[in-house]
Amino acid sequence: MFAYALRRIVATIPVMAVVALFVFSLLYISPGDPAAVIAGDQATPADVERIRASLGLDRPYLVRFGDWVWQIVHGDLGTSIFTNLPVSTMIAQRIEPTLSLMVITLILAVCIAVPMGVVAAWKQGTWIDRAVMAFAVLGFSVPVFVVGYLLAYVFALELDWLPVQGYTPFARGIGPWFQNLILPAVALGGVYIALIARITRATMLEVLQQDYIRTARAKGVGQRGILFLHALKNAAVPIVTVIGIGVALLIGGAVVTESVFAIPGLGRLTVDAILRRDYPVIQGVILLFSFTYVLVNLVIDLLYTLFDPRIRY
Amino acid sequence: MPTDRRRFLAGGTGLALAGTGTLGLSRPALAQPAGARVLKFIPQSDVAVTDPIITTAYVTRHHGYAIWDTLYGFDEDFNPQPQMAEGHRVEEDGKRVTITLRQGLKWHDGGAVTAKDCVASIRRWAARDALGQVLMARTDALEAPDDRTIVFRLKQSFPMLFSALGKPSTPVCFMMPERVAQTDPSQPIKELIGSGPFRWKADERVPGSRVVYERFADYVPRADGTVSWTAGPKRVNLDRVEWHVIPDASTAANALANGEMDWWEQPTADLQPTLRRNRNVVMEIPDPTGLCAIARFNHLHPPFNNPAIRRALLGAVVQGDYMSAVIGTDRSLWKDGNGYFPPGTALANDAGMEALTSPRDMEKVKRDLAAAGYKGEKVVLIAASDFPSLNALAQVGNDMLTKAGMNVEFVSTDWGSVVQRRASREPVEKGGWSMFFTFWAGLDMINPGVSQSLRGNGQSAWFGWPTMPRMEELRTAWFDAPDLDGQKKVAQEIQQLAFQEVPYLPLGQYFQATAYRRGLTGVPKGFPMFWSVQKSA
Repeated sequence: MFAYALRRIVATIPVMAVVALFVFSLLYISPGDPAAVIAGDQATPADVERIRASLGLDRPYLVRFGDWVWQIVHGDLGTSIFTNLPVSTMIAQRIEPTLSLMVITLILAVCIAVPMGVVAAWKQGTWIDRAVMAFAVLGFSVPVFVVGYLLAYVFALELDWLPVQGYTPFARGIGPWFQNLILPAVALGGVYIALIARITRATMLEVLQQDYIRTARAKGVGQRGILFLHALKNAAVPIVTVIGIGVALLIGGAVVTESVFAIPGLGRLTVDAILRRDYPVIQGVILLFSFTYVLVNLVIDLLYTLFDPRIRY
Repeated sequence: MPTDRRRFLAGGTGLALAGTGTLGLSRPALAQPAGARVLKFIPQSDVAVTDPIITTAYVTRHHGYAIWDTLYGFDEDFNPQPQMAEGHRVEEDGKRVTITLRQGLKWHDGGAVTAKDCVASIRRWAARDALGQVLMARTDALEAPDDRTIVFRLKQSFPMLFSALGKPSTPVCFMMPERVAQTDPSQPIKELIGSGPFRWKADERVPGSRVVYERFADYVPRADGTVSWTAGPKRVNLDRVEWHVIPDASTAANALANGEMDWWEQPTADLQPTLRRNRNVVMEIPDPTGLCAIARFNHLHPPFNNPAIRRALLGAVVQGDYMSAVIGTDRSLWKDGNGYFPPGTALANDAGMEALTSPRDMEKVKRDLAAAGYKGEKVVLIAASDFPSLNALAQVGNDMLTKAGMNVEFVSTDWGSVVQRRASREPVEKGGWSMFFTFWAGLDMINPGVSQSLRGNGQSAWFGWPTMPRMEELRTAWFDAPDLDGQKKVAQEIQQLAFQEVPYLPLGQYFQATAYRRGLTGVPKGFPMFWSVQKSA
């Protein structure tokens, strides 16, 4: 398995190269000019030209791409056009809030969605099943920002239990850290919970029809044991796959959630960079997101072996 | 039914409190009243560019006034007043101006402010500023004979000198240490060291999210005068000023209403009524010169290279339509009848105003366009959909041009794309443009010296590149005017000419409110500055 993992990690290199080429080319041909944004609305065209030249933005495509690739190969993601800070520093500043939000959302979603799906399958056709499915449809249908505003209105403005916005680093205490993340995680988790609950229910329904479940029942295994030990473990592969796919959903959703709750994470960094055309930051963040996604898929593949011993790499 | 809702929600209180108790959580720090010495401020946007000379962005100017000081300040009557300067002497028929620095001025790194620093700062600023360029063109020598003396040797008297050094329109002539001011004006400075009332906390900056300033203990405010805009003694009552960038307007409003934030610079039009109803929030208009909307023509290509076509469109402009779309129907928040100088300022006048105030007749506009030679050429209107106010202007403008019978292609994109495309001098068939919309702060249109959009210097002019030699002559005449009466006379001629040449369409003036918690006092007029602000515990 170690050799397999190593092969997969090596295989990410061409994937990342294609992503890099694609992202750089897309940004090159897309409209926008960071020099004009830096100069401001009142600057004259001559001012903008001077700034563009000083930033090297007037150089040909191949020269700029070559320089960037050379930097990447040397482990340097470049420097932000606007802040003059290394992109790696900016990412390091922003990674904790995003990672915190994603981890809490993930834990919240799995802890809620999997039992919901299991119970819905167990109680198939009852009001519990219908309620879970109705919740799942609602989770898919209501946009993250709507849920975010509603939660902020109720829990921050009306009840004054939680802050409206912001982020407190983990180092300043788990309490304030968690309080800042509860509402965003619930808002972001809605779609994710819906997705996992539905797939868990569908897979569990299939597994619960299997002969070995009937055998377990005949041998006197309790309902809880059947559901969570026998059925859920055998239903785990598709559930884990969906959880992995859902990471992409989380990355996308984090952009909106971080804006609504003013969390200084990677999502907001990406949006700001795109609006300003801060090319090195956009390129760096997208490379990071792509790498994360590839890595998550690798972890999911490796997890298969835990749930299904027949799978070998 | 607020009572029922509250009762319903209160029903869940016990459970939720039990939950938080289990986790050992306290009430969030952000929701508690901030210390009386810490001000939490929501700026209009992030300080993306921290060098106030390289950019003309207003948010950077506000950041600049915290860190750097100016030789002269501007009071509420738009008159320059000594700030870092102790005073000045004007000799030799105005050709020699000597400015003396106040004693005890220090940089944030502890070094003394010297005249050499100021000379280098003036030179760097002048390379970027239109008024600064005029000043330097009229200067034979700029010297620092000793640590406290700055001498201008001028080719001729230049009464605007003190206004140029003190004007708050961007870029502002901020004083920096010589080693910093020697940075190429096209390159951003690396050190944010000033002599202003606040120090920059570089270690606490999170780009796009937070900016922090702390009180500069060695700052020496003026001993005389009263605080008025950027003039007067800058006495600081706060230890820290934290800027929290909150991109979502609803979240910003909630944070202010909840007391997590103290001051929101620019509440959006749709949320202002809600904030006005909140008894803990004060709303006021800080800048009486407001924001002036314009539709800028591309003067290089058809159809707007034809002044008669531009002139014909003046008859189609209903400023009230534009302003209502931007800020709503509350007439106290906007003005129409806005010419080429902001209403209520010294140079505002009535010359040629009938072009905007006479009864509107779209059929006449169509006839005038046809008579001017309009033959259905494509008009590419570029609109920034990510700025609600600019988008509103563009939507009304699109409707106006369409009703006038013009062949409009409406290109809706983001501001980043607009600023790139407007730099193109190509015809519309090759990716060029015909018209875009923007706002200028009234301060930036207050006179011909600072008003970029009134320039007529062709290829060197602001985007749109109008060629109006007579306008440039009048601008020079304005600089040479001996007094305000003389300046007003020239301003009338300028406006008359502007209504003939139409470098842009004036679309009205609106007033941007600012909102802050009731416990805040000393909130300045003009724009966000923090030296006189006090916060109750």
